[in-house]
Amino acid sequence: MSEFIENQISPYFNFWIYVILMMIGLWAVIAKRNLIKKLIGLSIFQTAIILFYVSIGVKEGATIPILDHHGPAHHEETEEKADHGKPAPGHVAQNGAHHEHGETHDDPHHGGKHHAIDPDTMANPLPHVLMLTAIVVGVSTLGVALAISQMIYKEFGTLEEDEILEKLKTEPLHD
Amino acid sequence: MIDQLPAIIVLAPLIGAMITGLAGPGDHRVCFPVVLCSLSIALVAAIAAAVQVFTTGTIDYFVGGWEEPLGIGIHLRIDALNAFLLVVIGIVALLVSFFSFRRVGDRNTEKTPHFYVLFQLLCLGVFGITIAGDAFNLFVLVEVSSLTSYALIAMGSSRRGSHAAFNYLLMGTTGASFYLLGVGYLYLKTGTLNMQGIHEVLANNTTVAQSPAVTIAFIFILVGIWIKMAFFPLYGWLPNAYSYAPSSSACLLAPLMTKVSVYVMIRAMLGVFGAEWVFVHLGWSRLVVLLAVVAILAGSLLALQQREIKKMLCYLIVAEVGYMVGGAWLADENHWGLTGALYHILADAMMTLCLFVAAGIFSKRLGATRIDQLEGFFRHTPLTAAGFTVGALAMIGVPPTCGFFSKFYLIRGGIESGHWEFVIALLLSSIVNAILFFRIFEIGFFGKSPPEGHGQHSSFPAPKSELAHATGTTLLPLVVSAILVVLLGVFNGQVVSLIRIAFENLPAVTSGLP
Amino acid sequence: MVTKLTATIAVLFTGGLLLYGVSDFPGFGDPHSPANAGVEGGGPSISQYFIEESYGDTKVPNLVTSVLADYRGYDTLFETVVIFAAGMAIFAILRVLEPGQPRPDELHESTRYSDGDHTRIIVGTTCRIIVPLAQLFALYVVAHGHHSPGGGFQGGVILGASFIMLAVAHDLPAALRRFPEKNYLGLACVGVLVYTAFGVACQLLDRNFLDYGVLEKVLFTDGPEMARSHSMLGVEIGVAFTVAAIMFAIYANLSSRGRLHGGL
Repeated sequence: MSEFIENQISPYFNFWIYVILMMIGLWAVIAKRNLIKKLIGLSIFQTAIILFYVSIGVKEGATIPILDHHGPAHHEETEEKADHGKPAPGHVAQNGAHHEHGETHDDPHHGGKHHAIDPDTMANPLPHVLMLTAIVVGVSTLGVALAISQMIYKEFGTLEEDEILEKLKTEPLHD
Repeated sequence: MIDQLPAIIVLAPLIGAMITGLAGPGDHRVCFPVVLCSLSIALVAAIAAAVQVFTTGTIDYFVGGWEEPLGIGIHLRIDALNAFLLVVIGIVALLVSFFSFRRVGDRNTEKTPHFYVLFQLLCLGVFGITIAGDAFNLFVLVEVSSLTSYALIAMGSSRRGSHAAFNYLLMGTTGASFYLLGVGYLYLKTGTLNMQGIHEVLANNTTVAQSPAVTIAFIFILVGIWIKMAFFPLYGWLPNAYSYAPSSSACLLAPLMTKVSVYVMIRAMLGVFGAEWVFVHLGWSRLVVLLAVVAILAGSLLALQQREIKKMLCYLIVAEVGYMVGGAWLADENHWGLTGALYHILADAMMTLCLFVAAGIFSKRLGATRIDQLEGFFRHTPLTAAGFTVGALAMIGVPPTCGFFSKFYLIRGGIESGHWEFVIALLLSSIVNAILFFRIFEIGFFGKSPPEGHGQHSSFPAPKSELAHATGTTLLPLVVSAILVVLLGVFNGQVVSLIRIAFENLPAVTSGLP
Repeated sequence: MVTKLTATIAVLFTGGLLLYGVSDFPGFGDPHSPANAGVEGGGPSISQYFIEESYGDTKVPNLVTSVLADYRGYDTLFETVVIFAAGMAIFAILRVLEPGQPRPDELHESTRYSDGDHTRIIVGTTCRIIVPLAQLFALYVVAHGHHSPGGGFQGGVILGASFIMLAVAHDLPAALRRFPEKNYLGLACVGVLVYTAFGVACQLLDRNFLDYGVLEKVLFTDGPEMARSHSMLGVEIGVAFTVAAIMFAIYANLSSRGRLHGGL
């Protein structure tokens, strides 16, 4: 048992948490009778998937995927000491990250390639991009779902699934 | 221009939708010409692309010009698998836009511009799904088409429509989320989102190919797609959603959404995971074909019990999805099952369009939503009756309609792969369809005429002339789709030989049955 | 009770499957996992390409923005279309277009602050100060998306929220006077058209859709990289328009049940 915990759960504890969250959300979608509670379950499910994706791109000791650039003119100097003093605009200063602009840069105006960034120090940007899209899609779906719920409430006067089904059984099919 | 075709197919409805949104609310008469224009451009581009695929080869288009290394940009791909489907989608979209044209004086015209915006966005989504070559891009486009379809169903003023739309939303979003989860597992194991890229990794790297994560990814992608195509037992949302939707929406959604999902499943099986992985490593052919058999039988039997025309057609869709899934998973040596499934996607789209348009004419113009309300009408409405009959014969599987040939290829695949249960289910379902439709023919052709003056069930007086009940714009789609149903059957040889180009490099895997 | 039981079984089964798949994942935070460093048998790693080469290609320090708006710009276009479709959908579903007088209970809602004037003064005045600052901040977030976390979606949401704040502080008609329905629906369409226009402009100059590098001839930059950087900004502005307009549209329709009279 403890071997199971050590080998299976602890290196992947984040994935276990996300799967449990997803299942809580999925349970609510299936089992709850109130339409809004189902929607909340759907949101929980989608949010857990988003968390799952973001955790794919995590690298231990890495910083956010934003390069610390003040502009091309600064790269000629041996800049370690110079950079520490300046607050970079909009950049959360991480001491570890300054090392990546190391030494030689091609002049950017020649379209030069920037080989001095070590990929291990920056988080993977791709999952973040994908999840920006997924968040927007989730919000849109929630908006449309709430609009449909309002319409249902207007028509049936209730948001409980069993009461709606009762009302539907007793009325004639539309002609 | 010629190499921008994939982008044009997608851009035409998009720009059309935006123009409709800007100019439509001001003057409603702008909407219909803009829609016709944009969908015609898309159809022409689709036909040109198909021609190019079958003369020159696969079209690979990289949006943004980011070609190397594979996967940094988004890849659009038109090849033998989806070339015909693009053309069929274009035809269906154009025909339904004719069907949806409302004359001045009809009720509910204030939201016409918004209806057409959603209409074009749905077409955009479906085109985009078909040409997508990137797994995540596929998800985004599935969501575009799903959102617009929920809105198109809920837009009508019927009570049941809103409840049906809500259930569809819950199930559809859950399905799309399962798909996303599966793609996440795949990305985590293969490091790329490009379909071709994933295929390469799974083909070259056996450790990854054998890992449980990839199997789970396949399961979740498959289940997500099955929810979207209403494969038994996940079909609960379909009958209510398509029956209680407004006619124009149902005519657009029914032929397209489930068929495109079947295409996505085949693309995932062949283009992402690869035939060898799916049929040899996984080896679930027996199980899935069994499920498909249950789907076919359940769909046919449930259809037999229905008294409403559209509900009956919806259960027939469930059975047809069973044909396609079963055909795709048959795993016969010469790929007749897959051929049958791909051909059936095209055939079923046209047949479903034909029948739903006919049902729409019945309910809107003749006031008949139940089968017994059709008494005697066929004698007075020859064109509508003819169109419905062609569609019905195609569903039963009578030559020379396309329905016969798709069943032929599927049965051939079933025999060659040894799945006799599938063959029997197909034949049984043809018999059930025959019973269903002949019952309707009997009531329609030989039932007693509705009395002169006010009919008992409908609010329309007895017909004097057909055109009093259906205008040109509603009859045109019916007639054209009926003609195409027959043409697709007559030219099945050419179509099938072109589709089979997609299987040239496919290994001859079998499911191991005698 | 039966449904709860079936739900529990279904959920346990699904969870079990997912966790079985987790069993041979790369560990959390592994910098050499397939997603982060590529896997044998596949091509070169795409995320390593993004980290190493994207500044050289696009001159944008924020790697997430450069991937979002350039490499995967096609996805972002459809993301914008999704939110546009949601706004249109909510309009189509809820909006009650019959001309008519506001019902008495709706009037009561919208004037409910009249007998608590002290509340209205505090909230209204604070709002008057905050809203312009919020809008300025929104524009900053859009424009600075190249250098800091931000971009079109985030800025658009803040901009939309500033109008919603106005509607919450006063009432919906007050906000609608400043941002009427025709305008916000039109702005949403314009936003998507701006995005598409950047892409189509590239096609007219004989390259693929959204291949911004070729716009250096039109934007008079020296080098395709700066053209990409500027086009990304243009595209993000289009996105911000659409998102802001649709956020407000969703709020207006949901809070007033489609009538646009009362509101929360």
